[in-house]
Amino acid sequence: MAKPKVAFYSCASCGGCEEAVINLDEDLLKVAEAVDIILWPAILDFKRKDIEAFEDGEIAVSFINGAVRLGDQEEMVKLLRQRSQLIVAFGSCAHMGGIPGLGNLYTRNAIFQRVYKEVPTVENPEGITPQERTAIDIGELTLPEFYDTVKTLDQLIPVDYYLPGCPPPSDLIMNAVNAVLNGELPEKGAVLAPDKPLCDTCPRAEERRGGVSIQEIKRPHEIKLSPWKCFLEQGIICLGPVTRSGCGERCIKANMPCRGCMGPAKGTIDQGVKALSVIASVLGLEEEEGMTEEEVKKLLDGVVDPAGTFYRFSLPDSLLTRKRME
Amino acid sequence: MRKITIDPVTRLEGHGKIEIFLDKEGEVERAYFQIPELRGFEKFCEGRPAEEMPRITQRICGGCSTAHHMASTKALDDLFKVEPTSAAKKIRELMYNSFIAEHHILHFFFLGGPDFIVGPGKSAKERNIMGVIAKAGMEAGGKIIEVRKRLRGVIEAIGGKVIHPVCGLPGGISKPVTEEERKGFIRAAEYLVEFSVFVAFELWDNIVLKNKEYLDLITGDVYKHRTYYMGLVDENNKVNFYDGHIRVVDPNGKEFASFNAQEYPDHIREHVEPWTYVKFSYLKNVGWKGFVNGEKSGVFRVGPMARLNAADGMATPLAQEYYEKMYEALGEKPAHNTLAFHWARLIELLYTSERMLDLVGDPELTSPDVINIPAEIPTKGMGVVEAPEGTLFHHYETDERGIVTGANLIAPMQNNSASICMSIEKAAKSLIHKGKVTDSILNMIEMAIRAYDPCND
Repeated sequence: MAKPKVAFYSCASCGGCEEAVINLDEDLLKVAEAVDIILWPAILDFKRKDIEAFEDGEIAVSFINGAVRLGDQEEMVKLLRQRSQLIVAFGSCAHMGGIPGLGNLYTRNAIFQRVYKEVPTVENPEGITPQERTAIDIGELTLPEFYDTVKTLDQLIPVDYYLPGCPPPSDLIMNAVNAVLNGELPEKGAVLAPDKPLCDTCPRAEERRGGVSIQEIKRPHEIKLSPWKCFLEQGIICLGPVTRSGCGERCIKANMPCRGCMGPAKGTIDQGVKALSVIASVLGLEEEEGMTEEEVKKLLDGVVDPAGTFYRFSLPDSLLTRKRME
Repeated sequence: MRKITIDPVTRLEGHGKIEIFLDKEGEVERAYFQIPELRGFEKFCEGRPAEEMPRITQRICGGCSTAHHMASTKALDDLFKVEPTSAAKKIRELMYNSFIAEHHILHFFFLGGPDFIVGPGKSAKERNIMGVIAKAGMEAGGKIIEVRKRLRGVIEAIGGKVIHPVCGLPGGISKPVTEEERKGFIRAAEYLVEFSVFVAFELWDNIVLKNKEYLDLITGDVYKHRTYYMGLVDENNKVNFYDGHIRVVDPNGKEFASFNAQEYPDHIREHVEPWTYVKFSYLKNVGWKGFVNGEKSGVFRVGPMARLNAADGMATPLAQEYYEKMYEALGEKPAHNTLAFHWARLIELLYTSERMLDLVGDPELTSPDVINIPAEIPTKGMGVVEAPEGTLFHHYETDERGIVTGANLIAPMQNNSASICMSIEKAAKSLIHKGKVTDSILNMIEMAIRAYDPCND
């Protein structure tokens, strides 16, 4: 029997997902034996035309990382959808928009203005910006359209499974690959990671004495971070209560708070809204009768960047999607 | 008029496309390297708290996330006007050298190396890591995997995650190193020294340098450009990845500029073209003269060969020995051979292994004193490191609360973008004649990009 064909592709991403696959080490070599990898631009010399030449449904599974920011990315994911039986959204960006999704706090014009005309070292008296079509003396050069709004993969094509994390942890990647190879997949649409929130697996949870109550919000550089105490108890915003576990608590073990890359725990629709409500509750705002409005405002002012903190990885996937266009 | 498209360029991080225009006789009229990608970090960092920058800007490039994390963290030291503790500096530098070694190994064996170890003319199906292991042997394959694992162990112990580490804070790092961890680091460093010697003195010397066809490619004219070179150097003008001042030499090797991170706007400018999303860095004090070579063009190069060209030597003995050997073989310094970037990468690999060994032997590494809490009001901060691919600048301006009001991020890819375009065009013009195009010829054009190890994310 022919080996199943597997594709890896990246859209608006950093390449970290691809390196996470490389870092599977011996397991990668085993996977490469068991399947026929027919597209992986970072590692293998197959081109777009090779994918176009396949028949619909000929690829067993395509792992796609990155958000969709540009026109050619939309074309390629639609092509891969046609040619593939299964699509797995690989990593935070494909899953929820990820860090590039913070671009939705601004418009295309604002981004172009800053990048090509305003940064202190740019020298651009003619105000040139990249164009979709540029005539040159011997022909024409084209660039894909830069969209106003960053999209998640499933906002453009049906996605069968999600592999969360920035990047996804090795064990979850291998579980997903093995599930595909052995045909032991859960119901369509599942996130291939544990359902529990991170707080349930956090090594600092045991040290927490009952409920958390924050008197004042602190930023990570403002205090000497305790190596064992719950971050929320220290007044540091941590997205552990609203984020899916399965990451191995890698940031927490390095003594830094969670920023939510694994996405919302099961049952939560909007990670940011949930985070806001959790923070509001630990701020003691539910019993705010005793506080003056001034005191409540002062407490909340401690959250210096609500959108960029609570939606660090999930803005395009949220109920907000983006900042309102003027 | 015929047009040849290579889409995507493969075995590099991120996205790239090549368009080659042929005239009626089938000779190359023009060739373009386009980056069809932009995400807009320089805008969407605005409004974010400065202390989060190391955890946000690292997503510019997952392959060099430690480099962005470190440049960003150093920019925060400057922004909050706080000096990291002595132990924190050493731990950062250890992690950083471990990362450079890990990345150089990744590039050499997975991305660039297949062209040399397997062969530039071999079929697309063989030109990859599997082909490398088949050629170099399973034992070598095992070593490649093992050394990368150990180096990742060092990064993970300090930074939490290998891809997108989290430990950087203004004034230091988030947690100390334990004695047990340090013992593991010593074993990793020792293993790396052995591995680097094996790669440099056995694999490269035997498989590549003894092959006349490859050596001719490296030293020949197809992949050669006379440009300025930039790199970070220590107080003795020796290559340093983590800290020091920036030095620029002209195409004849004469020092052209020497400056610190805060002075970068006096030396670097960015040019914009309408047909690509990437910007083109050039030397402000020479000026943008287009995609041309020589003293009168502000085009400069960064990365392994550029660093060696811009420095007076290597700070460690084995690396210095191999450095002298390379320049003797190439016959000139600065060396202008783009494919010699691979060679220079191995000299740097030797250096990182020796530097790591120095650092892990320092008992201060396990000091609990790893952070100074900032007390000053932030205004602006700049940080620079040598990423594996070349010099990397981060610059933030903030309000008095430390909320970013402006970010300027100059990545190595952008510093090399003009010379990469020139390299592609020259390779295309040299290799395509009478309209004859094969997979191997197209791959040899792509080789002109891979040598730079660009990350076009």
